Amino acid sequence: MTEAVEMADTVEPGPVAHVSALGLRYGTTEALNNVTLDIPAGRMVGLIGPDGVGKSSLLAILAGARIIQNGEVMVLGGDMRSRRHRTTICPRIAYMPQGLGKNLYPTLSVFENVDFFGRLFGHGKAERERRITELLESTGMGPFADRPAGKLSGGMKQKLGLCCALIHDPDFLILDEPTTGVDPLSRRQFWDLIDDIRKGRPQMSVIVATAYMEEAARFDWLVAMNAGEVLATGTPARLLEKTGTQTLDDAFIALLPEEDRAGHRRVVIPPREAGANEESAIEAEHLTMRFGDFTAVDDVSFRIPKGEIFGFLGSNGCGKTTTMKMLTGLLEPSEGVANLFGHEVDPRNLDVRRRVGFMSQGFSLYTQLTVRQNLDLHARLFGMEAEKIPTRIQEMEDYFHLDEVMDILPDALPLGMRQRLSLAVAMIHSPEILILDEPTSGVDPVARDGFWQILSDLSRNDGVTIFVSTHFMNEAELCDRISLMHAGKVMVSDTAQAITESKGAANLEEAFIAYLADAIEENGAAAQDAPEMTAPDATPHKPARQNRFFGLGRMMSYTRLEALQLRRDPIRATLALLGSVILMFVIGYGISMDVEDLSFAVLDRDQTTTSRDYILDISGSRYFTEQEPLTSYENLDERMRAGNLSLALEIPPGFARSVARGRPVEVGAWIDGANPNRAETVRGYVQGMHAAWLTAKAREIYGDAATTGDFELMTRYRYNPDVKSIMAIVPAVVPLLLLIIPAMLTALSVVREKELGSIVNLYVTPVTRLEFLLGKQLPYVVLAMLNFVTLVAFAVFIFQVPVTGSLLTLSLAALIYVMATTAMGLLISTMISSQIAAILATALITLIPGAQYSGLIDPVSSLQGIGRLIGEIYPTTYFILISRGTFSKALDFQNLSGQFVPLLIAVPVILGLGTALLKKQAK
Amino acid sequence: MNLQNILQLGIKELRSLLRDPVMVALIVYAFSLSIYTASSAMPETLSKATIAIVDEDRSPLSSRIVSAFTPPYFMPPDMINTTQMDILMDEGQNTFALDIPPNFQRDLLAGEVPAIQLNIDATRMSQAFTGNGYIQQIVTSEVSEFANSYRAAPDLPVDLTLRARYNPEMDGGWFGAIDNVITSITMLSIILTGAALIREKEHGTVEHLLVMPVTTIEIMVSKIWAMGLVVLVASVFAIVVVVQGVLDVPIQGSVLLFLLGTVLMLIATNSLGIFLATLGGTMPQFGLLLMLVLLPLQVLSGGLTPRESMPDVIQNLMLLAPNTHFVILSQAILLRGAGLSVVWPQLLALAAIGAVLFFLSLARFRRFLR
Repeated sequence: MTEAVEMADTVEPGPVAHVSALGLRYGTTEALNNVTLDIPAGRMVGLIGPDGVGKSSLLAILAGARIIQNGEVMVLGGDMRSRRHRTTICPRIAYMPQGLGKNLYPTLSVFENVDFFGRLFGHGKAERERRITELLESTGMGPFADRPAGKLSGGMKQKLGLCCALIHDPDFLILDEPTTGVDPLSRRQFWDLIDDIRKGRPQMSVIVATAYMEEAARFDWLVAMNAGEVLATGTPARLLEKTGTQTLDDAFIALLPEEDRAGHRRVVIPPREAGANEESAIEAEHLTMRFGDFTAVDDVSFRIPKGEIFGFLGSNGCGKTTTMKMLTGLLEPSEGVANLFGHEVDPRNLDVRRRVGFMSQGFSLYTQLTVRQNLDLHARLFGMEAEKIPTRIQEMEDYFHLDEVMDILPDALPLGMRQRLSLAVAMIHSPEILILDEPTSGVDPVARDGFWQILSDLSRNDGVTIFVSTHFMNEAELCDRISLMHAGKVMVSDTAQAITESKGAANLEEAFIAYLADAIEENGAAAQDAPEMTAPDATPHKPARQNRFFGLGRMMSYTRLEALQLRRDPIRATLALLGSVILMFVIGYGISMDVEDLSFAVLDRDQTTTSRDYILDISGSRYFTEQEPLTSYENLDERMRAGNLSLALEIPPGFARSVARGRPVEVGAWIDGANPNRAETVRGYVQGMHAAWLTAKAREIYGDAATTGDFELMTRYRYNPDVKSIMAIVPAVVPLLLLIIPAMLTALSVVREKELGSIVNLYVTPVTRLEFLLGKQLPYVVLAMLNFVTLVAFAVFIFQVPVTGSLLTLSLAALIYVMATTAMGLLISTMISSQIAAILATALITLIPGAQYSGLIDPVSSLQGIGRLIGEIYPTTYFILISRGTFSKALDFQNLSGQFVPLLIAVPVILGLGTALLKKQAK
Repeated sequence: MNLQNILQLGIKELRSLLRDPVMVALIVYAFSLSIYTASSAMPETLSKATIAIVDEDRSPLSSRIVSAFTPPYFMPPDMINTTQMDILMDEGQNTFALDIPPNFQRDLLAGEVPAIQLNIDATRMSQAFTGNGYIQQIVTSEVSEFANSYRAAPDLPVDLTLRARYNPEMDGGWFGAIDNVITSITMLSIILTGAALIREKEHGTVEHLLVMPVTTIEIMVSKIWAMGLVVLVASVFAIVVVVQGVLDVPIQGSVLLFLLGTVLMLIATNSLGIFLATLGGTMPQFGLLLMLVLLPLQVLSGGLTPRESMPDVIQNLMLLAPNTHFVILSQAILLRGAGLSVVWPQLLALAAIGAVLFFLSLARFRRFLR
């Protein structure tokens, strides 16, 4: 580690990263194609280009988060293919993935989020707190330290992400689209902050991907990418000069290969004809939407005439989407009225829905259906006549140039294409109003211009009313009129030109910032963002010393994280504790082996005192209740088939006479064998009673001479003399519950991080796979032990099933056992990548083996085949033995030590498997 | 309700499921290997019971008794002494221990009615109870055969002829196989609809549907028919190929009538899945709720242990669960060959439960989506 310190003190000579012949494929899609690149050290490098051209993949590879398929990548002087090198340098790299707060934990507070990263990098308590305070103060996040990350605005989330990235003084800072979807004021503040930090730490290299070309102008050096390839590199000035253009937007278009540029022209939307249709299509009057005490939309009013293109401009989370949802009837406004075509929006009115097309933010089409299937499904759902559908799909295909992709799944398409598909789907039924929520975020400039051309044609030629939201200034300028939104309020509505002029600003962006500044001033300093930001103290911090193989601190930071998340979702913990107690009750009382009140009926063809005496022996016992006598074999058949009889007896004619004369005679008994367990018990009872009757009868006839050969079989039920099922069941239900609930709790913990994106923290921080798993497991082990204590308390005090053996032995076994069951959940979670499949897999591998192969009902030794094999290795088998031993048999550790061995083997085996299957890099 | 919409949305559900290979694999597993393994694991009533014998008599009669315990019902007996008896039982080595006292044969022939002691490990549940009956019968028949030759008075020649109907061998696997099919049907139908709904909400596609001219009832019905169809096809496969074919269980009644019951069952359990999803809201909560519901359904519906033996409270409570009726119906049709005239009350009950669950979840579904 000392070597790292020395290097950090000097400015890196040569490039900070060297990439050569790098290739990356996802299935058949080529994400990076033979990329060769040197990234200069100590500079601010911009990576520009539309979404889906491989920017994010390249950054993830530089950060070590993604596996290198082809080619060579050297970062900070070493080969990134070597795990040893990645482990050594990962404390010197900071990576902030794309998406607002994607690697943050929404239920944790601002402070807790930064603290989590601090712990991962092994800073001591004092050092950590000093750094966190310093970072939060300098980014203006100090006043919001206790707010949950999920409740921050987009801009603040990104600042928090930056704090988390900077906590360990990285030498190489990798930012993937840090300002996408952030309002212009916060965006400006963000870049000022980065500049300040760089002044304090000039040796730090920064690489940033961005979709905003105007931001890229302030970077030192640019890499322009398209379709997995590097188009050009150089300073912004050099790129402009090379292409002979004025703006980077134009420069980028000029750099594109000929075929991509073909047909591109600047969008010019002809002005609306004066005095055109002024009938209003959309009207909002004092719309307000509250979620709890949070007002998402605050008194918004506007009117959009037919055929107009109306824009909503604002940052993420300012209420644009909520307003649109109210207009489409997805949300019911808390106050105010929304009108479409002069009628109030009514979610039940399906006719209005047919006249509206809605494209929601992000991609929400069915990724499992092909492009054609998606179009077809929507056409049918909108009730188009079947014969017209193929023609309409053909029209859409031509109009949106979808011809080559009709039979592909949308996931395989670049973002720009997917947005076109979304729009095609939204318009398949020729709606009169189109409501588009950020339709072009992340789409490259060429595709964006093409998209707007379509909107222009729709509005001007077909008279479609278009209501669109965006956070791009140049798009807003294309709208007939726009509203500037901030924090749920419309600040101003007018034409772009009028808005710019009203603030005397040079352009729309400046005007927007001016309006934002006004709004913040009105709300006082406590509003969105504290404007002042200063760079953190530049004095070099002591790097933390860390054990490379196992760090208790790193493990504990995941433990804290998981515990905090569990605490913030109290429903889960309550369900786990309360639910298992309820289940114990239901199952403890429900499963019973005492078979009583069995129904039986007799076909008595003898009708004598002897035959009645025989029957009385059976009907008099507590096991059987006599039903109406049988009248015939048909009657017997019928009643038995219906399941009304467990036992049917036939006493032959002449029974009494035969008995009296000692002639052989047969009593017939039919048992319903459909439920073999019950049938078996019935057989036992009947045979016993028959034998008892015979003995009694023999004594009656022959006197004492019959007692020769008589004996008594004294049955003693050990451990449970009263043969109460509850005594046998309760000790076995505890293991079953401690299997299914903890396994289900952990089964989603890893797979959820995979689905939500925070798994990237495992990829790029020094935490090892074992630390990650153990750290996540620990809180659930504690919860499961709490569960154990509750269950045992209920068993002893409510069910009156005492622990006759060693409670300590039972508790120790329970601890090892829940470590095994939580590890099982984690193992599933690491293997499977979707939450549904994880739930199904957990149910399959816990419920069936737990209830059937572990000796709950049938002892494992009596099982056969694969089930027996599973039972032999399944941890529950052994814990049931220990539980029954300590509960019912008064045993202690010495008697049960043999059962501990399989449990002790299971824990490391399952955890080891989980660790081996968990990936430390994305594939 | 627009049938066209319901059809189209259902086809979409089916296509989505087919694109998830892990799910498809798990479904296939649940209806083939899982059922096969669970059913073939079940012992044929009493099987390989472990017994230890303390022979303090060492007479011809006692060795005759010892040699009567043979596989497949019993493992060869462990011959032990009195002190070992407790230890072995404590360790769970033996379920039964038979203690033949000294001078047993002599006392027996003298008509003194000697006693044999049988110790049973009562924690072994089913084996303990059924084994007791077997042992009683074995010992009694050995002793009386032996005693007959010495006895002055003859035995009463009254025979009891026992026949088990519908399952003459009392093969536990038959009943177990059907119960396992039911377990898989319940598990799959709840998860497929419930979790799929939460996923659609998390991915925002439900919202997309809601702005289209599609009603909530259409969305719900489409999910139920599509996922129900998947489970129905899987059940037919399980009954015809796995249960009837591989496991060789003779099906007595009409499979078609059983499928009618299955359809009603699926409406109920699919609605239950949607209901749980609307209660849970997030996957982790849904997962827990699922376990809390599945376990009682599996254990208390009468499939694992007989319903008659449960306390009345539980019996009545479980009448509210679709599984209880479905278990009764399946046993009657598949094992006893019962027809519509017998199982109509169960069909009616399933339909009623299905209707209640359907409308309950429909009411919550609307709120859940907003």
